[in-house]
Amino acid sequence: MAEIVLDNVTKRYPDGALAVDKFSMDIADGEFVILVGPSGCGKSTTLNMIAGLEDITEGELRIAGRVVNNKSPKDRDIAMVFQSYALYPHMTVRQNMGFALKLAKTPQATIDEKVNEAARILDLTQHLDRRPANLSGGQRQRVAMGRAIVRDPAVFLMDEPLSNLDAKLRVQTRTEVSRLQRRLGTTMVYVTHDQTEAMTLGDRLAVMRTGLLQQIGSPHELYESPLNLFVAGFIGSPAMNFMAGTLAEGSLQTAIGNLPLTPALRQALERANVGRQVIVGIRPENFEDASLVKPELRGHGVTFHATIEVVESMGSDVFVYFTQESGLSAGVDQLADLAEDSGKADTGASDETVTARLDAATQIREGENAELWADVRTMHVFDPKSGQNLSLETETGTPAAAAT
Amino acid sequence: MAAVTTTPRQKAGWGTANFVVIALAMIPVLWLASLSFKTPAAVLDPSLIPSQWTLGNYSQILKTSQFIRPLINSIGIGLIATLIAVLFASMAAYAVARLRFPGKGVLIGMSLLIAMFPAIALVTPMFNIERSLGLFNTWPGLIIPYVAFGLPLGIYTLSAFFREIPWELEKAAKVDGATPFQAFTKVIAPLAAPGMVTTAILVFMFCWNEFLFAISFTSTIASRTAPASIAYFSGSSQFTVPTGPIAAAAVVITIPIIIFVVFFQRRIVAGLTSGAVKG
Ligand SMILES: Nc1ncnc2c1ncn2[C@@H]1O[C@H](COP(=O)(O)OP(=O)(O)O)[C@@H](O)[C@H]1O
Ligand SMILES: [Mg+2]
Repeated sequence: MAEIVLDNVTKRYPDGALAVDKFSMDIADGEFVILVGPSGCGKSTTLNMIAGLEDITEGELRIAGRVVNNKSPKDRDIAMVFQSYALYPHMTVRQNMGFALKLAKTPQATIDEKVNEAARILDLTQHLDRRPANLSGGQRQRVAMGRAIVRDPAVFLMDEPLSNLDAKLRVQTRTEVSRLQRRLGTTMVYVTHDQTEAMTLGDRLAVMRTGLLQQIGSPHELYESPLNLFVAGFIGSPAMNFMAGTLAEGSLQTAIGNLPLTPALRQALERANVGRQVIVGIRPENFEDASLVKPELRGHGVTFHATIEVVESMGSDVFVYFTQESGLSAGVDQLADLAEDSGKADTGASDETVTARLDAATQIREGENAELWADVRTMHVFDPKSGQNLSLETETGTPAAAAT
Repeated sequence: MAAVTTTPRQKAGWGTANFVVIALAMIPVLWLASLSFKTPAAVLDPSLIPSQWTLGNYSQILKTSQFIRPLINSIGIGLIATLIAVLFASMAAYAVARLRFPGKGVLIGMSLLIAMFPAIALVTPMFNIERSLGLFNTWPGLIIPYVAFGLPLGIYTLSAFFREIPWELEKAAKVDGATPFQAFTKVIAPLAAPGMVTTAILVFMFCWNEFLFAISFTSTIASRTAPASIAYFSGSSQFTVPTGPIAAAAVVITIPIIIFVVFFQRRIVAGLTSGAVKG
């Protein structure tokens, strides 16, 4: 049981690469925190610094109130699950799980007891005398978890522990991890590049991009009030739609029509003094089939026509895709990062495709020029240069904290 | 299916090639074995199969301490040198494969240099050094140079094996509370065991067959090794060449090496690291 404080923790690799830049975060005792971000953003490096596997270049790391910058992993009372599991191939499952206790010179009886208990929790009892090579992927994953929990550490660190499992097992194991963490009540720092995993698991998420911490918050906060373009586009599935907007006479001109501005938003935009060009973000779930919108709600949004290219019915919802001249110029690096992460850059899907999530009752068909409605109360407006979310200022009344 | 069928012509071609290679390797060995069973009078008989079989050559060499004692020396010196060389080579190879430290390039360069240095150029200075240190004609007098020449060999072979071991295993061991030394001895070394065995075989064979140092740094059977001792064989009279006993000794020397290789090869469990990471 311990809280972790990262105080401007910075990592510069010997080759000069700045992997983590001034990362600050307080992790409370028993909290389940997720580090999330695209591949290469410095998540593993941050975790390894907490574990003591990488030196901290600058800044201070405190676990349970003690500065541990120069402590070796074994003096930090942490357990870690690696992406590759890193099971010892020459040991049986039992020996793998008991290894740490054995090194700590725990009496054999206690080791047996703890290993058996962990095996019971993780449903590994009948595999205790097998070797990792003879286990399935899911079983190996559980052994790796077991190795961590027998130690009863102050902190659990997990580096993409589910990424080697197939999709179905991943969802199942995700639930187990969550249950395990609640049951043990141990502080846990969990790394993933999968925003869905992050949203479903954590108490709090820390979103990273290119070594910089973008935003820390609960899944709800990140979804509702993303501080910048990157967080807005990264959190949420399907991702937020972005299009260019021009401020003119109290409204925002965009490809889907003139979006009315609330007085508060208008004031915020004026205060921010960003010029007339902005980026508008609307989540897929804030679109609706216009014919299904209640008349009293219509006024909160705009209706527009679009030629529907693809309709995907999920049963509970219908996703429709259409193309709009987004008017976004290339060169907004946060958007470029997002495109790269989502694979858009590779598949050639254009930035101009808009995704809308409609009620299952919709009658819209592929190829139809349908009338859609977009709720503007929940739209976000971003500064195209800094990527900062300008619409947040209306909610808090204070300028959004700079993403540091 | 179609891609892997071999025509009879290809089969014949491969068969011939295999036969030639095996024959080239085996003929001298068979010839030596054949010689060792021939009587002194039949040594010049060109037939491969002795017309008259005898164990006389063997009994002659195994009766005298002139060969038995060097054989014991060979085994002792070979095993000790191998043990020391593998021990140090595994630590050095681990450092070379895993750590970034100042002087790494120098270490690799030095070991290459030793491996390439013509041993004959070292004989005279080393002879003088060994004389003044009192190492001449002792076991350590041979063990030390053997370790020195076995190390480069060992470092190269072992660092290749160490590079294959997933680094995360070591990180896991560290997180599990192991000191760097424990991580090495309890996790890395057991996984590198096949590499260590391979290295041990190579180093042992080098020590076992070494002749130049063995003949230069020894003067009596107190430390002379088996290959060197053969040079001191004498015939039944001053004018007979001891061809038969030499052949018999050569066969006897070959046997331990074969046993050593066969015995340890069984320990080389292929794919020991499988199952360590995902898969
Ligand atoms: N040992 C290393 N030496 C130099 N650069 C490294 C090393 N490890 C990682 N990096 C770099 O640091 C950045 C962050 O890496 P990492 O923390 O592994 O990212 P993530 O886990 O988020 O995918 C990457 O740009 C990567 O290339
Ligand atoms: Mg990583």
